[in-house]
Formats: sequence, C-alpha cells, structure tokens
Amino acid sequence: MKPRHKRFILIGLGLIALAVASMLVLNAFQSNLVFFFTPTQVANAEVPKGRGFRIGGMVENGSLTREGDGLTVHFVVTDLAKRVPVTFKGILPDLFKEGKGVVAQGQLGADGTFLASEVLAKHDENYMPPEAADALAKAKTAGAQSSSTLVVNPR
Amino acid sequence: MIPEIGHFALILALCVAVVQGSLPIYGAAVGSSTLMSVAKPAARGQFLLVLLAFCCLGYAFAAKDFSVLYVAATSNSQLPLHYRIAAIWGAHEGSLLLWVFILSIWMVAVSFFSTHLPEAMRARILGVMGLVSVGFLLFMLTVSNPFERLIPAAFDGRDLNPLLQDPGMVIHPPMLYMGYVGFSVAFSFAIAALLGGTLDAAWARWSRPWTTVAWCFLTVGVAMGSGWAYYELGWGGWWFWDPVENASFMPWLAGTALIHSLAVTDKRGGFKAWSVLLAILAFSLSLLGTFLVRSGVLTSVHAFATDPKRGLFILVFLAVVIGGSLVLYAWRAPRVGLGGGFSIISREGMLLANNVLLVAALGSVLLGTLYPLFLDALDLGKISVGPPYFDTVFVPLMTPAIFLMGIGPLAQWKKTSLPELATRLRWAFAVSIVTALALPFTLGHWTPLVSLGLLLAIWIVTTAAVDLRERLAHADGSSLLGRLAAMPRSYWGMVLAHCGVALFIVGVTMVKGFEVEQDLRMNVGQTATIGGYTFQFDGTQQYKGPNYIAARGTFRVSQDGRDVTVMYPEKRRYTVQNQTMTEAAISPGFARDLYVSLGEPLDDGAWSVRLYHKPFVDWIWGGCLIMALGGILAVSDRRYRLAWRRKEADVPAATQMARQTVS
Repeated sequence: MKPRHKRFILIGLGLIALAVASMLVLNAFQSNLVFFFTPTQVANAEVPKGRGFRIGGMVENGSLTREGDGLTVHFVVTDLAKRVPVTFKGILPDLFKEGKGVVAQGQLGADGTFLASEVLAKHDENYMPPEAADALAKAKTAGAQSSSTLVVNPR
Repeated sequence: MIPEIGHFALILALCVAVVQGSLPIYGAAVGSSTLMSVAKPAARGQFLLVLLAFCCLGYAFAAKDFSVLYVAATSNSQLPLHYRIAAIWGAHEGSLLLWVFILSIWMVAVSFFSTHLPEAMRARILGVMGLVSVGFLLFMLTVSNPFERLIPAAFDGRDLNPLLQDPGMVIHPPMLYMGYVGFSVAFSFAIAALLGGTLDAAWARWSRPWTTVAWCFLTVGVAMGSGWAYYELGWGGWWFWDPVENASFMPWLAGTALIHSLAVTDKRGGFKAWSVLLAILAFSLSLLGTFLVRSGVLTSVHAFATDPKRGLFILVFLAVVIGGSLVLYAWRAPRVGLGGGFSIISREGMLLANNVLLVAALGSVLLGTLYPLFLDALDLGKISVGPPYFDTVFVPLMTPAIFLMGIGPLAQWKKTSLPELATRLRWAFAVSIVTALALPFTLGHWTPLVSLGLLLAIWIVTTAAVDLRERLAHADGSSLLGRLAAMPRSYWGMVLAHCGVALFIVGVTMVKGFEVEQDLRMNVGQTATIGGYTFQFDGTQQYKGPNYIAARGTFRVSQDGRDVTVMYPEKRRYTVQNQTMTEAAISPGFARDLYVSLGEPLDDGAWSVRLYHKPFVDWIWGGCLIMALGGILAVSDRRYRLAWRRKEADVPAATQMARQTVS
C-alpha cells in the first residue's frame, strides 16, 4: 500500500467516524430537548401533546395540599396571569416553597392537570430556576422581598 | 484599613503582572538575558502580594468586618469560623481571588522547578502566566472587587448559602481550581513553544508532569463535587449533567486527551501540533468553566444584563485568550511540524483514536451545555437538554475508547500486527466476555448495560494483567519482586490510573443496575425493608445548631434480625436565609451505601422519607481517587527527576532511556 492510499483510508475512516458520531449526537440531542412553557402558553394550548415539557412560574400561596400517603402533592403554578394545577408524587426539593419560583417537568393530563415527574432544584447557591425568573421578577415588584439582614444585592 | 491594604496589594500585583507579562517575553524575543531574568522575581513578588490580599480578605471574614460588601453578602456573625474562612471562595468575587492566588502558587512552583529549562523558555512561560494574571486582576479590580466597602456597614451579614456549609465544599473549590489553573501551566508551555518555534520531545517531557499534576487535582476536584452532590443534596444522585458539573468535566476530558497526546509527543515526537491545540483547549475550557459557574450566567443569561460591564469583560477576555492563542497557533503551528509518521494500527493510532473519541465526547457535552444558553441569550425560547441526552451519547463514545484502553498499552509504537495482538489478548477477551455475561445472573438480574459495564471493567483489568505478565517475562532480574520493582513508576502509574477507571465503571454500572430507591410515608415505629435491610423509624427530635435549628430522625437498621447501624438524617432550617436543608444520613460500606433522607414532616410525628440501597456507589469516587494516585505515581517517575537535574535537555539519551518505559 502506498502512503498516499494509506492517507486516504485514514481520512476516510476519520470522516465515517465523524459522521456516525455527529448523527448519534444530533439524534440524541433532538429527542432529548425539553421545551419550556409558561402557564399562559399551557392555558392557550400551545404545548405539545404526548411529549414531556417543562413549566415554570410561582407556586401559588396556599395552594399546596398533600394526600394521605404523605407523598402525593397538589399545587398550582402561576405566572400571575394563568394558573396550572400540578400533581406530583414524591419528595419535594428543599428549595420548594409556596410563593417561590419552581420548574416542573412532566406531561399534561387529559383533565388539564400537569402530571410532574420531576420538580427541579439545582445545586447552585444562587438557585433561581431561570425559567421562573421572569414570573418572579414580576412578583418582586408586586410585593417587596424583605429581610431584616438583607442589605444589598451584590449581583 | 485591612481591606484597603488587600485592595492596594492587588493593584501592586497587577503592576507586577504587567511587568512579568511584557518584559520577559520581549526579552526572549530580542535575546536580552537581563529582561528575561525579570520573570522569576516578578512571579515570586506577585505571589507574595496576592497572598497578602488573600490574607486580608480572610482577616475581614474572620473579624466579621461587615463593612466589606463581599463579607456582608456571604457570611454572618453566627457562621462558625471555618465556614467563614471557606466563604472567601463562596461567591463570585472571592472565587476570582482564589483563582489568582492559585495561579500565583503555580507561577512560584514554575519559578522554582524550572531551573533545567532554557532561559528563554522559562521567561516565556512565566510571561504568559503573567498575562493571564493581568486579565484576572484587571477583572477583579474593575468590576468585581472583593474589597469593595459597604457604607454604612451592615449590622449583620446575609450568611453563606447553607448548601455550601459543608466540609466537602471547603476543599472542593480549591482542588478544582488547582486543576483548572494548573492547565494554565500546560497552556503557557504551549504558547511559549509557539512563540519560540521550538517544539520537541524535550518540551513534551517538561510539560508532562505539570499537566499530569493539574489533571490529578482536577480529577479529585470533580470527584469531590460529585460526592458533595451525593450526600448534600439529599436525593442520592452523584452526577446530574448539570451545567455546573459539565463546566468542570469538559476541561477534564480535554486534559485527559492532553496527557495521552503528550505521551506520544514525548516518546515518539508525534502529535506535536495536536498536543499544543489540546493544551490551548484545556485551558480555554477551564476559563469557560470558571466564568460559567461564577458569573451567574447559568442562573440566568440575563444576569449579564444586570451588570453588563462584567459580562462584557468576560466575553472580551475569553475572546482574547482563546482567539489570540488560536491565531498564534494557526500562524506558528506549521513551523512546529507534525512529527513522525505511523501506521494506523499502532500505539500512536490507538492513542489518536482515544483522543478523537475524548474530544468528540467533549464536543457533545459542550453542545448540550451551551446550546440552551445561546437560545436563551438570543431570545429564541427556553429549552433544556436532559440527562438522557448525555447518557445516550456517552456510552457509545466511551465504549470503544475503553476497549482501546485495554489494547493500547500492548501495542507497539509505529506499527503493530493485529493478528498477533489478537493472539496475545484472546484469553483476556474470553475471560471478560464470560464473566460479564455470567456475573449479572448471579447478582440477580441481567441487563445489556450491566453486562457491557462489567465487560469494560474486566477488560481493563485483564488486559493490564496480560501486559504486566509479558513485561515481567522480558524484564531483567532474577526474583519476581526485583523484576516488579524494576518496572518504571510511570508504568505503574498508568496501570493504576486505568484500574481506577475500571473501578469507576464498576461503581457506575452497579449503581445504575441494582440500586433500590423508595419514597414513603413513615409513622413513628414503622419499618420498611429495601435491599435486604430493614429500617425502623423512631421519630425525630429537635435540636439547635450554631446557625440553624434541626429535626433529627433516628433510624435503626437491621439485616436478618441483626442490628447493623443507627442513622440520623436531619432536616435543618438555616435561620438567616430561612432556607431548609436536607442532611442525609449515609452508612457507607465497601459493597453498598445505605442512604436515608428526611422529606417533609406530616401529621402525628410521621415524615415522608427517602430510603436508598446503593451497591458499590463508593467505588465511583474510589476509582477517581485511584486515577489521581496513578497520576501522582507517574509523575514521581525517575525520568522526570533526571530531567529536573539535567541542566540542558539531552534528547537522544533520554529517548533511548525511555524506550522501554510506557505512557
């Protein structure tokens, strides 16, 4: 085999490997993208049917109820315009609170209830679900966030 | 007064860094020995100044000086001293100071352990590190000054985030940064080589130990972050493919590719341009990781909008470092040359494949991490890329890489015969296949992924055994022990690190395949059984910590009627930020972890509770530690120590000596 042929084979193999890898990656990428919708978009039926998605907003004050098994919870996510009832079975993350931002992943049930498979909390010290930030920003202007020790926000 | 001294020290450090980043590089270009000799004292002086600044900030924290904005924002008078000190790197500004401090430590290390380098090389390396330091110091002094005053002073601080009040978090960031910043040495070596236009095997031998040490730190740092997530977040996961984690994992992938590529450059003079590119890549990703995590961009890309100067500075800095070094690379790399040729089937070929696969994996992580940020920044909608994406991409990309990991060390440089390799490895292959197929059945249930995982782990170990046996057969010396001792440490380091990968794979496979998880409501006195262990809930008690109040549950664990342990998970409420934290109770073991965390209180003293039985989960971090130990062992090889002593690089002799050594 001449060196030139060898180089061709090498380049060919490289290209094939690259093509396979990119196909694999892009395919997996496509099928694992999770889109985000606001409660308003859910109310306007803009959400995909039969595919999981995320909703975000604020947990409505006083909306959290717990069933007798201690695990199944119901709460309402709101963007202060529309409300979406959510059902989740499992243990809620520490950062979950009424009146705070939340992001839930799951599917929309037939009765319009969002069946969450996951309620998200990330381990960032400045945790604020980015998707819920807009809703929260509005909420902040409505009721000032107060804490006696909160002096300044460095960010 | 003290904070002003710190601030002033930083300004002086910037001045020194400017000198260090300009005169020595210019001196190296014009051949002025006087200018080049500035590098060493400048690096040491800068270290002292940054150390002073660091101590000043530490003092402000220790003395609870809430007239310093950063101290007021990240600590509190109730916070115990060790966490107040750790709060130095608890947020953006202090992390940057830690970054610069660690950079100056590496600079001092280079200034001490570089006596064997040609003077121009050393001057350029320290010069490039000085330039990096200029960037960071400027960033701190202009838009994120940790010494900024708060007038009037706060009555009390806002407290450190409870998630970070943990021993793991005290050491994790310094470890990680030692790794991140350590790659700046490899980067500076690469840039210095491009500037000087000389890149030979000696260059690779000089940069290898530095790169490996940085890689070891990074490995430990990433593993500690993962371990912290496991026990601190209270839901038993050890890796979430979260952007924060990916930010530390990407430089690790690039660094892993780099240490393998440098091996080829060192031993065969090949992959020169590629090694340089990887060094640039590893450091660029370290920079990206630092900024991704600490700038707030992940929390919300619009965080930049609230402080546009900071975001702009970061983007410009990244563009200058990455763009500048790539331009330099494109301009000078042709002079560096590609190195010797080799056949496709050879050790070089396999290491090349390993590199390509690692970089492909890196690319896929980068895509999954940055794509949502781009879309969000351009207001094209909000998306997230789920963990299944990373899982689906990683397994097929890493499987061939690990398969090659077994063969690579047995293959010859330059050209190797495939049939001969197959003959040498047939037993290893047969043993791996049979064990991997049979073992899951004895463990309970068989799934393809469990078998694949075990196959890869056993393959690494058996091929390493075959390799060792062959080497021993060819080694000089009468006794087995003598022949074992005659093997170079770099070889043992490689074997150890590869076995660490095997342990890691066993851990991941067993946890994924056999873990049992149960969320349930438990009344006082109630029992639940998972994985053969019975947990009895004895209720909770209130108690008061230094800056929190907690409910502590008591769980008696028994197995077949024998008491095993008593576990005390906690639910804490940190009073200052009014934040609730789950402190899981973990009973670690060689072959399993038991994991209990409290959910929420229900009526009549009952709680919702999460119970886990996690087989072999500690092997995940054990494997990482062993990888790092392997790296340390490799660095302690005498060929590097010889290189330290040798004033001038004696390439032919060193190559000859290295002929028998591996990796």
